[in-house]
Amino acid sequence: MRGKALAKGEALLKLEGISKYYGSFKANDQISLEIQPGEIHALLGENGAGKSTLVKMLYGSLQPDEGEIFWQGQHVHIGNPAAARELGVGMVFLHFSLFDALTVAENVALAMPPGKSVGQVGRELKEISASYGLPLDPNARIHDLSVGERQRVEIVRCLLQHPKLIIMDEPTSVLTPQEAEDLFVVLRRLSAEGKAILYISHKLAEVQALCQEATILRHGKVVGECVPADETPISLAKMMVGADIHEVSSRELQVATGEVLMQIRDLNLKGDGGFDTDLHNVSFLLHKGEISGIAGIAGNGQSELFDALSGERTTDKESIVIKGENVGHLGIQKRRKMGAMFISEERLGHAAVPEFSLSENVILTRHGLEDKLNNGPFLSRGTARKVKDAIVHMFDVRKGSDDPTAQSLSGGNLQKFVLGREVMADAEIIIVNQPTWGVDAGSAANIRQTLVDLAEKGAAVLVVSQDLDELFEIADSIATLNEGSLSAFVPTKSTDRQKVGLQMTHDVAGTTSHQTAH
Amino acid sequence: MGITEAILLTIATAATPLLIAAIGELVVERSGVLNLGVEGMMVLGAVGGFAAMSLTGNPWIGVVAAIAMGALAALAFGFLTLSLAANQVATGLSLTILGLGLSGLLGVEFVGKAGTKLENISIPVLSDIPLVGPLLFGQDPIFYMSIALVIGVSWFLFRTRPGLTLRSIGDNHVSAHALGIPVLRYRYLAVMFGGACAGLAGGHLSLVYTPVWIENMSAGRGWIALALVVFASWRPARVLAGAYLFGAVSIGQLHAQALGIAIPSQFLTALPYVATIVVLVLISQNVRATLINTPAMLGRAFVPDR
Repeated sequence: MRGKALAKGEALLKLEGISKYYGSFKANDQISLEIQPGEIHALLGENGAGKSTLVKMLYGSLQPDEGEIFWQGQHVHIGNPAAARELGVGMVFLHFSLFDALTVAENVALAMPPGKSVGQVGRELKEISASYGLPLDPNARIHDLSVGERQRVEIVRCLLQHPKLIIMDEPTSVLTPQEAEDLFVVLRRLSAEGKAILYISHKLAEVQALCQEATILRHGKVVGECVPADETPISLAKMMVGADIHEVSSRELQVATGEVLMQIRDLNLKGDGGFDTDLHNVSFLLHKGEISGIAGIAGNGQSELFDALSGERTTDKESIVIKGENVGHLGIQKRRKMGAMFISEERLGHAAVPEFSLSENVILTRHGLEDKLNNGPFLSRGTARKVKDAIVHMFDVRKGSDDPTAQSLSGGNLQKFVLGREVMADAEIIIVNQPTWGVDAGSAANIRQTLVDLAEKGAAVLVVSQDLDELFEIADSIATLNEGSLSAFVPTKSTDRQKVGLQMTHDVAGTTSHQTAH
Repeated sequence: MGITEAILLTIATAATPLLIAAIGELVVERSGVLNLGVEGMMVLGAVGGFAAMSLTGNPWIGVVAAIAMGALAALAFGFLTLSLAANQVATGLSLTILGLGLSGLLGVEFVGKAGTKLENISIPVLSDIPLVGPLLFGQDPIFYMSIALVIGVSWFLFRTRPGLTLRSIGDNHVSAHALGIPVLRYRYLAVMFGGACAGLAGGHLSLVYTPVWIENMSAGRGWIALALVVFASWRPARVLAGAYLFGAVSIGQLHAQALGIAIPSQFLTALPYVATIVVLVLISQNVRATLINTPAMLGRAFVPDR
């Protein structure tokens, strides 16, 4: 399919001069684009470039302020998602729009026109999911499913509506390389069946492999159209960002040579809710000057591991050792005082309080450390603001006002701020969970560079990430976390993405693939 | 009618208002809205029902007025918390305080007036069955409504498409909105339904239980109904069980006190609360089942993006 010139018949979808304003801010500014039947069309852009806004207007959940939409040559008004579905526009969301407490069949039924019973929908979805090689149990509850399976539900829900255009919002950001390959097979088949796909992503390699056309957005405007296969990842990234992205400087990989700063010994932890994963006998060492990476699909014990390492949940005294001292029973602030810093996955609500200003968020993790943020029970807001200014300056945090609330920052900027807040305090051990999740390409590169620099300066860094590309870019050694068990760390040089990807989906013994079914 | 039958009948009478108010609140909470104003809506229903009955002489008009009062109070709550996205906890508490005060004011003229009781309806033949007959088929009309409500709400929530939609909104209103479900419309209807039920429960107090108007006559039943919903983990059948358990223990302890059993009366008075909580906690031990049934959006305001 790829590269084949499509017959330029009537476009399936044509946008002319679409604009959307929020006050004086132009989220979308005069966007025009055309999609042919059977075409896989990439929509590229950084976070905040206006991709989501555009897509929401196509799916009817937002209304454009200006511009026109033509569907198969007809001028249309898409008033709500039901109208979009009626036209033949289907959507697979990035942050899955599924209902955790409901079954697969119930979830699918909710997006179907009324009149079909849940049982009927269940039978139909079983049939269609099997025919596309995406097997699903209609009676399983969503929260028992893996992320990959949840995406399957989204896709099957979309397919059952017999769409002519499928919008996919960053479909591979949560998948292992193998799962992504399987998805591409399905997408190519859909394209061959004549369904058009609008594919939103910032993973350039997969856009090049999959898409026939690409439209690039920046600051709400179309800045380029191209055939991705004719470009290089560098040239695409340049169009997206509008400047050169500096690649993370390569360095000599370290293998278990430095002094051991943190040791984890037979760490066991029971998941604390109904759906959490238990950790089983997790043991590893963090060496001075090295970056260790832990790969794994979300929900395999990453948050439990992070909670245990940071001291949000305490464990046996001997399970966690920092610089020779048993700290398993100590809380997070005591561990911080020993030079360990922790950056959690959820930026808003966990790493930062959304409604608090940045300087107040500085106080939250750094009170009690040596910056003199408090004088007895009294806070020194002046000092907090100075620390905030230093972080903003050093890490290039872009913000709208002097001391805005954490929630008003974009994902990338807030992550830079949170990272800066922790690492500015002379950290010797840095534990970070999903450092670049939902962060734009430019900021992600900065964040990775910061982690590399810290390791160069002698910190022991642990990066927990679902993004294999990220781990292969910066980690010295990689292990995988699967069902709460950690594999041995292997030097990055002596493994590859396929091997790690397989470990992520198989149990530690490497025998059976785990499937959740109820 | 024997003494056992008489006691069993009073249990049903004590349990009915709790059951109706709780089943209404269950629907509200399943849609993701927490209305702490049950007590207020209930007492407004009681005064509205009694006033309408007193003015017209027809207790059925009282029933309609009780339902309307509750629904109206709920509409005010809905406007504040849904359209204006005000804090649900604070608004609900205010509604309770307002309801207690306003009902006192509205009811001044009716204090001490005798009312007409809503007559029991005996279903022919069936009510002649010994013991079970009068219990199940010789009751007041609101009792029948309460049972119909439990069955109807269970059927609606778990067997119909709008019921599924309502549950989905309570589970994740952002996803529901993304699918094009009118979140606020559903929530308005749920809140109004909950108010109508609370009003009817109040009407039961002033038209059936004790057909007079006394200030604050709801006497904390709205709060018990709220607690029942949570401890029953948002399941209608368990609300039914909880309401009857509470009714049985309250009536039982009254009889125990009357018989002069040597247990301090404070302890006996506390017994219904303790027993209901213990039993419902024990049956909610399945964490997974409880999580599935807990509306994840409970108490969270939803403002659709435009």
